[in-house]
Amino acid sequence: MDKLPRWADVVLVPLICLIIAFVICGVLIWGIGQDPADALKIMVQGSLGSTYAWGYTLYYATNFMFTGLAVSIAFQASLFNIGGEGQATLGGLGVALSCLLIPWPHWTLALIGSIAASALFGAAWALIPAWLQARRGSHIVITTMMFNFISFALMNYVLVNMLRPLGSMDPASARFPAAVNLPKLGDILGLVGIPFSSKNPANISLLIALAAAVGVWALMWHTRLGYELRAFGKSEKAAVYAGISPVRITLYALALSGGLSGMMAINAVQGEAHRLLLNSVEGAGFIGIAVALMGRNHPFGIVLASILFGFLYEGGSQLALGTSIPREVITVLQALVILFTGALPYMVQKPLEHLFALRRRTA
Amino acid sequence: MAGTAQTMQGLGGGRQATAAPSSPYAIELKGISKSFGPVQANRDINIAVPRGTIHGIIGENGAGKSTLMSILYGFYKADAGEIFVGGRPTPIPDSQSAIRAGIGMVFQHFKLVQNFTVLENVILGAEDGPLLKSSLGRARRELEALSQEYELDVHPDALIEDLSVGHQQRVEILKALYRQAEILILDEPTGVLTPEEADHLFRILRGLRDQGKTVILITHKLREIMETTDNVSVMRRGTMVATVKTAETSPEALAELMVGRKVLLEVEKKPATPGRVVLEVEGLTVRTDGVERLKGVSFQIRAGEILGIAGVAGNGQSELLAALGGIASAGGRIAMNGVDLPLKGHHSNGQTRRAAGISHVPEDRQALGLIMDFTAWENVAFGYHNAPEYQKNALLMDNAALRADTEKKMKTFDVRPPIPGLAAKSFSGGNQQKIVVAREIERNPDLLLVGQPTRGVDIGAIEFIHKQIVALRDAGKAVLLVSVELDEIMSLSDRILVMFDGKIMGERDPGATDERELGMMMAGMTEAAKLGKDA
Repeated sequence: MDKLPRWADVVLVPLICLIIAFVICGVLIWGIGQDPADALKIMVQGSLGSTYAWGYTLYYATNFMFTGLAVSIAFQASLFNIGGEGQATLGGLGVALSCLLIPWPHWTLALIGSIAASALFGAAWALIPAWLQARRGSHIVITTMMFNFISFALMNYVLVNMLRPLGSMDPASARFPAAVNLPKLGDILGLVGIPFSSKNPANISLLIALAAAVGVWALMWHTRLGYELRAFGKSEKAAVYAGISPVRITLYALALSGGLSGMMAINAVQGEAHRLLLNSVEGAGFIGIAVALMGRNHPFGIVLASILFGFLYEGGSQLALGTSIPREVITVLQALVILFTGALPYMVQKPLEHLFALRRRTA
Repeated sequence: MAGTAQTMQGLGGGRQATAAPSSPYAIELKGISKSFGPVQANRDINIAVPRGTIHGIIGENGAGKSTLMSILYGFYKADAGEIFVGGRPTPIPDSQSAIRAGIGMVFQHFKLVQNFTVLENVILGAEDGPLLKSSLGRARRELEALSQEYELDVHPDALIEDLSVGHQQRVEILKALYRQAEILILDEPTGVLTPEEADHLFRILRGLRDQGKTVILITHKLREIMETTDNVSVMRRGTMVATVKTAETSPEALAELMVGRKVLLEVEKKPATPGRVVLEVEGLTVRTDGVERLKGVSFQIRAGEILGIAGVAGNGQSELLAALGGIASAGGRIAMNGVDLPLKGHHSNGQTRRAAGISHVPEDRQALGLIMDFTAWENVAFGYHNAPEYQKNALLMDNAALRADTEKKMKTFDVRPPIPGLAAKSFSGGNQQKIVVAREIERNPDLLLVGQPTRGVDIGAIEFIHKQIVALRDAGKAVLLVSVELDEIMSLSDRILVMFDGKIMGERDPGATDERELGMMMAGMTEAAKLGKDA
């Protein structure tokens, strides 16, 4: 009946939501006595104005792709994994152990090792709450959240008491050997003749994240496991009728989700910091929830939403550097984007439906 | 009684509920048309419902009954046509106007707040002011009066969630009556009721009619129409094809009007030729929430026969299907083709049952049999997604093969529209059921479990589904049929088991028993049934 065409539902609605969020934020900036147009210009230039700036935006976007995909996989199975933060923290530990303990001869091997270690550590960390829910009925929203705090404390202990180099005052691991440093995105693009700055943290992990997005897409819509995950997510009762085990699906979904969250560390720990820091995740686990929401749980949408949030994140830093607008305003903008794209699309959908119906009638 | 009626009128207060008695018709619709995009749901509908009668409206799913009633209740605006209430032209732009015009509606899916009491639900939206005390007191008096007058038997302080489905429906009727409805519309009211509850409902409706109210009953069950209505209108593909006096028509004639061709209401089948034992069940028990729902059931099904399980809903039939289908864990023993199957633990599941040759058309197709958001082709794989013919290689599923297979099944089972990419929820109930039946029967199982195969399914599809079940039997397969429709059990089964309170009350030969005897057994009266047989 009065349904929106698919393109309007997928593209137009989020776009309008985004514009509303920006307008409100503009009013806010104007209210504290700054020029919104100026602020927008600084944001856009600072995050998209040069390949150097793009590098930062894409670096953050890479983090969000991993965590967004992670949230979306669990979400397809109707499981709300808000432990991305903790799983990514543990993934960082995996990467650090792999890079520090194994003398990798070449970065390619080190990368494979890191992928395995980060996914394994993240998955294992997610499996504990998954098992508790599947077997003991403890709700995953509570347990994954609590496991975030446990992971922070664990990281503190491990860094201070075990990984800290002798004599260092920093709660951080030793630097990784240079052999495990990942190639920069600028270097890779240079190989195919695209000029791109390499003085930024964007690295090969972006390609891994994009591959992960394709992988998640194939998994969800072209494999039996993905089929079972989605069926379970739509109706647990029906899944049981079909012989799909809720325990198995809960474990698999959370393991995959945790593994993807953990893989974020390849980008942040091995790709950027070259050592394990106390807070290497920097909230990307939570932003992943917003990214998954905005990306409508579809890998392609998540890639786009990640780039948007990368832009917001990097643009926000530039705003804080270049103007006297407090950094918090950007947090407000991010919150508004989440609010409008995640929670309020119906507000836009209804009037749009009327508009389309009207156009159809006159046509 | 008269006093109560007067009180009601008095309480009617400022509302203009009662219509001028000038017209003999409670409601007249003249030239109503409504289309949704290219689909014309109603085309030039004319209907006149005499005051103080029960008027049936029948038609297959998608014939436009619900659209018409939604127009009458102000949910949709008609593209053309006029509505007359009590002889007066009455535009109904929204449901508030419908209520003011004295029209009350009882929906198929109730609109009740589960954790409110009956009283709170009744006054919801009809409070006198911001403070509830006075409305509650007044409503209580009125509710008790109404409840008594119409044999509604609902306690005002009971919580909705504690009430049976039949009682919840009566609360919906009370809501309408409390709002001074003179015309009561019921949309498929018996879809969720047991036979007794349905009978009770019809007693209530007759009582309402005898008090001068007008009842419009929308259904696709011919028996209900024949038993309760005074007049009946038949709809087909958006048009009103006939309005006749119920006493002057027959179920066959109505079915033909509805479908547009001759319909076989009786199932045609040859006598069964039972072969070897396919399923053996011994002392099967199922507990849910600490209550034993299935209390040691034993029986056998042979190849080439349909075993019907009769019983009022909730007497262990669902648990029996769940245990056999690997959904619920159970005690006892079952053997399929002579091999014992696990009844608990993780080896007892739908996958291992399917591997053993058991297919299952579940009672509730929307909650169990289908994923409503999935497309038809995804649903055709449901439960069989591990089947080798649906795999491209060890890793990937062959979605293209699946689509092709779905297209084929849709053709064989006449699923409309035959579009594999359409979501299951976009099909009508009958076509949804055909998708499930196609999926399960086309597996060529040794044993087919079928629960309520035709619940909420239109007549054309019922005929088709029954034929398919009989064809499977004739191909030498075993069928276990669970249904609350006695007609269905009687006409399809080769043997009938009656269940009551989780136990089997006895076995009957469908040729040598009648509804009365089965009905008594379904109520738990074996002795009475036996005596009746002997006498």
